[in-house]
Amino acid sequence: MSRLAAARALAAVLAFAASVAFILIAPHWDKVGDIKGAQMGTYFIAIVGLNIVTGYTGQISLAQGAFMAVGGYTTAFLVAHGVRDLWTIPVAALVAGVFGFLLGIPALRLSGLYLALVTFGLAVAMPDLIAWDKLSSLTQGGQSIQLFGSKHLLGQGFNDVTVLGHTMSFNRAVYYLTWTIALVLFALAWLLLRGAPGRAFRAVRDSEIAAASSGVNIAGYKTVAFAIGAAYAGVAGSLLVIAVAFADPQSFPAKLSLTILVGAVIAGLGSMWGVLLGAAFVEFLPVASVHISKAQGVPDAIYGAALILLVLLLPAGIAGLLKRAASAITTSLYTRP
Amino acid sequence: MTEFLQQVVAGLASGSIYALLALGIVIVYRSTGVVNFAQGEMATFTTFIAWTLVDHGLSYWGAFGLTLVIAFVGGIALERVIVRPVEGRPPINGVILTIGLFILLGGLSNWIWKAEVRSFPPSRPFPTSAWDLGGVAVSKQDAGILAVTLLLMALLWLLFRYTKLGLALRASALNPVASRLVGIRVGWMLGLGWGLAAAIGAVAGLFTAAASPPLDPNMMRPVLIYAFAAAVVGGLESPVGAVVGGLVIGVVLNLISTYDTHLHLDLDPVRLPIALALILIVLLARPSGLFGRQVVRRV
Amino acid sequence: MAPLLELDEVRARYGPLEALHGVTLTVAEGEAVAVLGGNGAGKTTMLRAISGLVSASGEIRLGGERLARAPERVARAGIAHVPEGRGIFAELSVHENLRLGAYLDRRGFSESYERVCGHFPWLDRRRAQQAGTLSGGEQQMLAIARALMSRPRLLLLDEPSLGLAPIVVREIFRILGDLNEQEGLAILVVEQNAKLALRSSSRAYVLEVGRVALEGPSSELAEDESVRKSYLGY
Repeated sequence: MSRLAAARALAAVLAFAASVAFILIAPHWDKVGDIKGAQMGTYFIAIVGLNIVTGYTGQISLAQGAFMAVGGYTTAFLVAHGVRDLWTIPVAALVAGVFGFLLGIPALRLSGLYLALVTFGLAVAMPDLIAWDKLSSLTQGGQSIQLFGSKHLLGQGFNDVTVLGHTMSFNRAVYYLTWTIALVLFALAWLLLRGAPGRAFRAVRDSEIAAASSGVNIAGYKTVAFAIGAAYAGVAGSLLVIAVAFADPQSFPAKLSLTILVGAVIAGLGSMWGVLLGAAFVEFLPVASVHISKAQGVPDAIYGAALILLVLLLPAGIAGLLKRAASAITTSLYTRP
Repeated sequence: MTEFLQQVVAGLASGSIYALLALGIVIVYRSTGVVNFAQGEMATFTTFIAWTLVDHGLSYWGAFGLTLVIAFVGGIALERVIVRPVEGRPPINGVILTIGLFILLGGLSNWIWKAEVRSFPPSRPFPTSAWDLGGVAVSKQDAGILAVTLLLMALLWLLFRYTKLGLALRASALNPVASRLVGIRVGWMLGLGWGLAAAIGAVAGLFTAAASPPLDPNMMRPVLIYAFAAAVVGGLESPVGAVVGGLVIGVVLNLISTYDTHLHLDLDPVRLPIALALILIVLLARPSGLFGRQVVRRV
Repeated sequence: MAPLLELDEVRARYGPLEALHGVTLTVAEGEAVAVLGGNGAGKTTMLRAISGLVSASGEIRLGGERLARAPERVARAGIAHVPEGRGIFAELSVHENLRLGAYLDRRGFSESYERVCGHFPWLDRRRAQQAGTLSGGEQQMLAIARALMSRPRLLLLDEPSLGLAPIVVREIFRILGDLNEQEGLAILVVEQNAKLALRSSSRAYVLEVGRVALEGPSSELAEDESVRKSYLGY
């Protein structure tokens, strides 16, 4: 292995180790805590999923929050009907994935901005759909589905949980559950994207015509990408519902889809490295803004201004910044004058 | 039957508002290639400015006019400062940028004017009485909104088709390089596109406030979705399509609201999903929208 | 003859890549000058540098005065540029294209229009036709007509013969010759079709790798050994 490749591999391992260390420490740091940390974890998962759809195959999707809703409500429905919460997570992934595949089919016909608008419409329409009376047998309509105290829920929502001999609070257990799943899913995505599927995805994004003439099944890869992205969102939504022990139409507003997209862009579309920072950004910038000023509307104004500045100054997101910094360092270390 | 006609007219009025906002979206898209997710919030912001002007003693129509000017200038400034850098870049940049603008303006509106709901206008643009046209009650306000909207459309059409400036605007959107070679200051043209769209949006905002008082910071959120639906269905590049789309959506949604309980369809709570379904169906049949140019990709 | 256009040690770059390494060239009032060279010689870059489409260092003067560096201002100064690929507005009509050509001219649209239609009579018959549906040769003629609408002092042409049938090309160059002789329009034409370019101009330059390799009267260059071997094929 060349020195450059070895240096990169080392950097990757260090970054991973640092991330794991951060995750272990975070709940003990009172600025973060279990609840926000777990929420950051769900954003993380959703962002990874969206990165596959938008970053790697180039299909702009503003519907990630809607797929989270599908996953979340699947979990809520199943737990309310007696299924153990942990088993509902893969089911939520599957159901959301199927919906993603179904959306992926018409998406094939839509280009860039039209797809963005359609998926935006889906994100905005989802709360109304959930609240619709005609679907209330599944969703309880405008009422929330309460899971608190359900014996099918880890710790029944408020009791301590015993895992592997350690007893911890429900929130702490959810935190570890979320991040364990997040790291596993991250690793899976990374492996997928490093290999042939990843190259195929990127080929589709960069030039459909060239990819098609190279024999890549464009329709197949695009719809599968949508399905995978949606499945990830389904897991995220499911974990969100488990964490708060209820689900209602306002749990998954349009703003959520925008938040996930912003997280993915900040992380750096088409690259996995900034995802942790992207998730941290979307979780904590609103919190930090409130510290600057408690006045109504100012946190949003700061958030919006930060987004604008980021697009103008860092078009490649944080991953782009990291790449530039990393290549600057490795170049200076390994280039002979 | 009279009920039906009345509702059609009312639907045309609300549809005019969607059409106006959709028109702004199309103008921005045609000139700068960006879909402006913040179009609704810009309208809300300028409407609040109008409220402030009236609050300080200006007459309604005086505030209306001044607000249009402010919106126009603001639109030009936005394009030159914030939007210009992303115009050549892939679409995702414009999406995030305008989403950021959406959030920023929402926050600013909240901060400056607080989320208090206010009555606006205290003076109304149109009288609230109604005419009786052969048994059909047509509210003067609805008629007024429709009339002003149609007048604006006509003026814009004249501008784009018959004036040198309009030709320059169209040319700048189609071929910026050739436009510069011919002597057109393309940069100013792009700014003008945003300025026009902002002014049109301001009208939409003012009419929304008049049609459904009181003035509330979230008032343009659903309007934006219906406007997107209208713009997309018409084909993002077609002003005519945007207007037709807006009017049709206005009428259809109003009829649904009116007859929903009679027919037990229970469709009223899902107006937004219906708008979405409409977008999807049209785009599946014609991916460039009903009036859009079919883009032939030459390999 | 007084010099109209003067380029003095002009350099131009695309990012880190320098495409022109110091080009010095003049076009006198009423003169027709040809620029030859192979692909990548920098011919198009040179025209774009004059028009201000690409940033350039060195001196560019028009009528003795420093030429502005932005395309809009170059057009205002009286230079009309027909770019590679014609640069017409395909979605607009023939008539609208011509109106745009006269964008800077406040009065005299009808006068210019008459003159231009004198050279290309079919333009008036097809005024409502969408420009993108014209044939290649017609589009090229439309592009030239549009450039003429602004009554320029200097016409820049980038490879007018590209992709056109020989008979059409001959017609175009005939018209260019008329414009130069009868109206005294100065022309700077970049061409790969060396034979035609040399026959239609009084002086010519040969660019190679971003520099002027050869210059002189066209008749002499047409007889020159190296030019004949490289560009004329015999």
